[in-house]
Amino acid sequence: STQFYKWLNHLMSLHVQTKPSNCSPDWETKVLEYFKEKLKDNEAASWVPSLNDVPVHYLKANSLVKFRCFIQDMFDPEFYMGVYETVDPSSKSKVLRSGKYKDVAECGHQVDLNTKNAVTLERQTFYCVPIPGESPWVKEISFSYSCSNPARVVPSTSYAPCRHKRSYEEDEDMETQPHKQKEQLGTTDIHGSGDPKRLETEAPSSLSNAASGCSSPLDLNFPLPGEKGPACLVKVYEEWELFKVNDILEVYGILSVDPVLSVISEDKDSSLVDPMDCTESVEEQRVHCPPASLVPRLHMLYAHRLQHNNPLLPPAASEGQSSSGFLNDVVSVRGELLGYLTHVLLGDALAAEYLILHLISTVYARRDVLPLGKFTLNLSGCPHNSTYTEQLYRVIQQLIPSSFRLGMSLHNMNNLRLVPRKDYTANRLLSGVLQLAPNTSLFLDETQLEQGQLDSTGVRNITALGNLISWQKVDYDFNYHQMEFPCNINVLIASEGKSLLPCDCHVRLQPQLAPPNLEQYISTIQVSLSPSLLNKFRIYLSLLRTLDYSISEEVTKAVEDDFVEMRKDDPQSISAEDLHRLLVVARLLSLSVGHTTLSRDRWMRAKHLETLRTNRTEQQKCVNGNEP
Amino acid sequence: MSSPSATPTKGKRTRGSNPPTPWSEDALTPPSRRRRTDDASTSDLQPMPTSPVTDMRSPAVQDTSLFSSPAQSRHSAPLNEIDMSSPLTYGTPSSRVEGTPRSGLRGTPVRQRPDLGSVRKARQVDLHSDHANGPEAPASEHSVGQKLVIWGTDVNVGTCKEKFQRFLQRFIDPSSTDDENAGLDLNEPLYMQKLEEINVVGDPVLNVNCEHLQSFDADLYRQLIAYPQEVIPTFDMAVNELFFERFPDSVIEHQIQVRPYNALKTRNMRNLNPEDIDQLITISGMVIRTSQLIPEMQEAFFRCQVCAFSTRVEVDRGRIAEPAVCRNCNTTHSMALIHNRSIFSDKQMIKLQESPEDMPAGQTPHTTVVYAHNDLVDKVQPGDRVNITGEQVITFSRSSRVQHKILRIYRAVPIRLNPRQSNVKSVYKTHIDAIHFRKTHEKRLHGLDEEAEEKLFTEERVRTLRELAAKPDVYERLSSALAPSIYEHEDIKKGILLQLFGGTRKDFSQTGRGGFRAEINILLCGDPGTSKSQLLQYVYNLVPRGQYTSGKGSSAVGLTAYVMKDPETRQLVLQTGALVLSDNGICCIDEFDKMSDSTRSVLHEVMEQQTLSIAKAGIICQLNARTSVLAAANPVESQWNPKKTTIENIQLPHTLLSRFDLIFLMLDPQDEAYDRRLAHHLVSLYYQSEEQLEEEFLDMAMLKDYVAYARSYIEPRLSEEASQALIKAYVDMRKIGSGRGMVSAYPRQLESLIRLAEAHAKVRFSDKVETIDVEEAKRLHREALKQSATDPRTGFVDISILTTGMSATARKRKEELAQALKRLIQSKGKVPTMKYQQLFDDLRAQSDVAITKDMFEEALQALTDEDYLTVTGKTVRLL
Repeated sequence: STQFYKWLNHLMSLHVQTKPSNCSPDWETKVLEYFKEKLKDNEAASWVPSLNDVPVHYLKANSLVKFRCFIQDMFDPEFYMGVYETVDPSSKSKVLRSGKYKDVAECGHQVDLNTKNAVTLERQTFYCVPIPGESPWVKEISFSYSCSNPARVVPSTSYAPCRHKRSYEEDEDMETQPHKQKEQLGTTDIHGSGDPKRLETEAPSSLSNAASGCSSPLDLNFPLPGEKGPACLVKVYEEWELFKVNDILEVYGILSVDPVLSVISEDKDSSLVDPMDCTESVEEQRVHCPPASLVPRLHMLYAHRLQHNNPLLPPAASEGQSSSGFLNDVVSVRGELLGYLTHVLLGDALAAEYLILHLISTVYARRDVLPLGKFTLNLSGCPHNSTYTEQLYRVIQQLIPSSFRLGMSLHNMNNLRLVPRKDYTANRLLSGVLQLAPNTSLFLDETQLEQGQLDSTGVRNITALGNLISWQKVDYDFNYHQMEFPCNINVLIASEGKSLLPCDCHVRLQPQLAPPNLEQYISTIQVSLSPSLLNKFRIYLSLLRTLDYSISEEVTKAVEDDFVEMRKDDPQSISAEDLHRLLVVARLLSLSVGHTTLSRDRWMRAKHLETLRTNRTEQQKCVNGNEP
Repeated sequence: MSSPSATPTKGKRTRGSNPPTPWSEDALTPPSRRRRTDDASTSDLQPMPTSPVTDMRSPAVQDTSLFSSPAQSRHSAPLNEIDMSSPLTYGTPSSRVEGTPRSGLRGTPVRQRPDLGSVRKARQVDLHSDHANGPEAPASEHSVGQKLVIWGTDVNVGTCKEKFQRFLQRFIDPSSTDDENAGLDLNEPLYMQKLEEINVVGDPVLNVNCEHLQSFDADLYRQLIAYPQEVIPTFDMAVNELFFERFPDSVIEHQIQVRPYNALKTRNMRNLNPEDIDQLITISGMVIRTSQLIPEMQEAFFRCQVCAFSTRVEVDRGRIAEPAVCRNCNTTHSMALIHNRSIFSDKQMIKLQESPEDMPAGQTPHTTVVYAHNDLVDKVQPGDRVNITGEQVITFSRSSRVQHKILRIYRAVPIRLNPRQSNVKSVYKTHIDAIHFRKTHEKRLHGLDEEAEEKLFTEERVRTLRELAAKPDVYERLSSALAPSIYEHEDIKKGILLQLFGGTRKDFSQTGRGGFRAEINILLCGDPGTSKSQLLQYVYNLVPRGQYTSGKGSSAVGLTAYVMKDPETRQLVLQTGALVLSDNGICCIDEFDKMSDSTRSVLHEVMEQQTLSIAKAGIICQLNARTSVLAAANPVESQWNPKKTTIENIQLPHTLLSRFDLIFLMLDPQDEAYDRRLAHHLVSLYYQSEEQLEEEFLDMAMLKDYVAYARSYIEPRLSEEASQALIKAYVDMRKIGSGRGMVSAYPRQLESLIRLAEAHAKVRFSDKVETIDVEEAKRLHREALKQSATDPRTGFVDISILTTGMSATARKRKEELAQALKRLIQSKGKVPTMKYQQLFDDLRAQSDVAITKDMFEEALQALTDEDYLTVTGKTVRLL
């Protein structure tokens, strides 16, 4: 396989360097086809080094790499020299060359720009960042997968073990680091560009830092604060209309880190007031032509949209051979998971049940403005002034591929940029916390909210959160107008009382036990969990999202009857909204045991759960007197 | 110019002393691209020649004011030289000829057109001289039979000119609705009238609608699109010849420039591709940024430090060939650039962003760089929506060589080239040179801006829409297509549908009444969780100028407008709020009841007069706010109380309520059949696949188009029968009430009926409001009234609930109670004071209906108003 990769690279470089002028025009497409065919083979794909795992400076320029990424922004299309002619100064012989898959035209030769043979072509640039909020375990696993083939990292085999060591460190760090970052989150301006020190302190073991070799004042525009990893300018040559902002992709392409790119950008910095070159402001140049060492260019050969970024599952859910096997013991895994979460939720089995439903929920369709399938959960009754919500988040982070915890402190609300905003000076989309990939979990920690005044940013942020929850959309701010971007983000709100944000389902936490040391309690539970079981949980939660679901005629009828019956007794008992929720609960409940159709039993079970839940809130009302 | 007499440019005259120069050069040059671009050096576009001979003899003939007297120039020019260097010869060439009496083609200076390939200027003359003097060219000038074309194109200058002149002289567009043609006789040749206008007004710009050109001469149009750099200068020549033939004595600032616009191949920015380079295109978009004015050098002026010999060098493709040797004294490197003798033209960089409507979902908008030249500079501001006609130009971003050279010229600071630079970045930079700007307004639903609207629909689309309109059940179809995910509420959907279409706008300002509201306002009230917000959200997504606010979060300022200080300019600027922004659209206000009183009060003016008056910080103005309001309100108690009236339930001032045409209640009907249908609807919502859903209903895009089309093209008028029907309906409504001693309709209700009937006619694409429209309007109005203005105590519809805030029965009851209390007090004899509680208990004991404290207080208040008693604390004192 090493041979295979070498061979691939060799072929690639051949392709990149010269385009035989005499061969048939479909030569190129044939080669591409061949690549795609090869890369479909998982084995072959795993031999391609990944930008996610290997620092850029360990990779050979113009070699084939892959990158698991998130499209943060799309730049303007650019026209480039598709085919151009070079003249050898000594022999005066002319050669036709292809400008595809590279940034810089051949050096050493005179380029004849006015030849008739020149072809101008168009390509599109995406600004890609690593998937925001990707859990550490995803990085770990995908890295260890690739490390099982140590020969894979061709340029420097000695690198792999060293990296291994590092990852252990990271493991240890992991416990404390997110914590630290969260604390910082409140106090520092996250998106403020240009504090080199902070970059260093915030991401001490960061790959990007290693890659860049030095800290840089460049703002890489990650959606989430404290993120790390390489950002990349992906050049797309075909069918770029198929991709959308916020898609997650796995890109296979040719890495270009030609230092010339950086030289050019430096040069331009020096000619600050160049009047003829005023098409781009300095800021814009910084963003659009960042140094290649920091933001490498990736010329896309082939990419596929990822439905999930769980490395334990095959990339396309349609490849169901492993999943069908898994579905057999789904019930037992569910039982284990329920037990585990019940422990984590201090013995509250009902809350654990709802948490599972929440974790497998996804927006599966939209009916005009109405997103279907979302299940925002509000877990109230979380103790104030304790680290419990944090512990809880840590547990959830362990289970799902990407997530983010947003402490809704007054300071955060008033200062964070949640909604992405277009910066016309630099001509880019300034990312915001709510620019997240589909199926990312957003953990809103309302226990951090204290009394005080929200300023206009705060009000806007709260409104944005409300819109996100109710309509699953974020209105990006384009200054002169807003643009609506539909999203699919699972929102979990942990709060003391009922949340101030709207939610689909409100569960009051009823702890059955009160461990004296919460932190220790949770970590004991976590430690006692075997890694293989943990992986099963991870597969379970990701896999069930992808299942289809239907309701048979018969059950439809039964549900209708049921509804009518309930309304007959007491019209107040169930409203249309309740039915909406009940249907979602029934759907998720069926899926959670691997059933793809609704059965009567499940329906009854869903009703039962709902009754338990509402009784609990009723009780709470009684206790609290007149709390709404 | 096909005849020798028509080549009388001043260039020829000045070149008289040195005619063979271009000739001999050209003779050696094969017809290559170089000729297309490079030999502009001898262009007679320049006010003065640049050939060495002439230079030596008249170093400063650039004073064009001397054109009319060339003999004098030779003598006076050197004397003038010192003076000439002090005032900036900055700006456009024309500025240098100001005040000189001149006329005719010869006397009028040509203004450079940097918009046509900013560096390869003066093409027109180039061609001209080539064809006139070049060894192969004369043939094309004199014998039309020969097919000589400009290199690289199929454009023959002579034929092209003739064709264009023919177009100008003959083109008639009787059906024109173009706003640019306002006031012109549509049956006369359009562009000849425009030329007359130029003669009178003196603005030497001729805007040519490409659509006209295409309909007149498709081939010429094709050439224009494909080779704008060659064809437009030819057009310029043609126009100027024609103009000065007709108005030989006309004095205009510079020669007329042709500005084509509305190239039919209008492009979405996203569709621009390499094939469009150097072609004429029209794209629309929004200006997001404009640069400051950039002086772009057109011609550099060098003077020898040693002998003061001066020379001019034209900028060619951004580069200036700096003379290394002084031709006068042969000193090397003695030539220095003199800035204020060089010629600059205005240039501005504009960033254009795709308009949001053109964008596919889930992608970010593209931007394009546009350069505006000369008088197009500062024509547009950030935020404007424009259609730009221009040509896409490609430039190399590679050579820092070029850039540095220019830098040097501009700042006269020598910068060493970067020797490292041998590689070429393989990416081009592209920009568009703007030839014509046309501001568009946002595509509105209303028919106010027909011009912007016109190209919105393809013929095919119109046909589909018309077909749909012809269906008898179109009204039902459309209303069911509205928010299909929301179950039932048919009448509410119908009401909202009519709101989308709106009535016909009428203007009675001549009779002093002012505008007449055409917008329909709707209020939805009802239990929480009856998908009111969802309806609002849907409507907001449907209409192009919708605004969505929540009563809870918005202040009066946020709704109307506020004055703020611009951080950059320190000027006060007016920022408009939701209501103004939704001018000609729909303003959706959720949680209407949660709005503060002061906020609500601004709605009074908006909802009836459709304007918004602002008097703040020295800015006093009246803004248009022709917006329909779709509001949703929740009852004050969390649940709707059916025993109370609408007013009591939502606690809104009746003055505001009466401004709503339709008030709907969204309540749970609590009926088994309904429940079953609802359940079925919801369940199917949760398992039907996307495709199944699509089939069932008209898609949203279709609905949008339908509404937009109807709003812009259909203006129904009342027919005779319809007016009769309306009168009858109104009289009937009045009658219902008068039977029970109350008024059940006010003129406002009549107006509502008219609006609704008009909107319904629009749904049918009918130009006449007919009886069926009135019937539906009546029905809907009655339905809404039945829901919202029913007196819960009597069960009768009572409009006074909405107009006065209290039903007639309630008022009667209040009076009765006051009287009963009065009688009670009187029965007690002559007691000057009474205990409050005592009196209340007595009244309750006496009355056979339950009396609440509120009622009692109301009665007391009524008596106080009669000056019968006063209440102080806990005692009631008789007066």
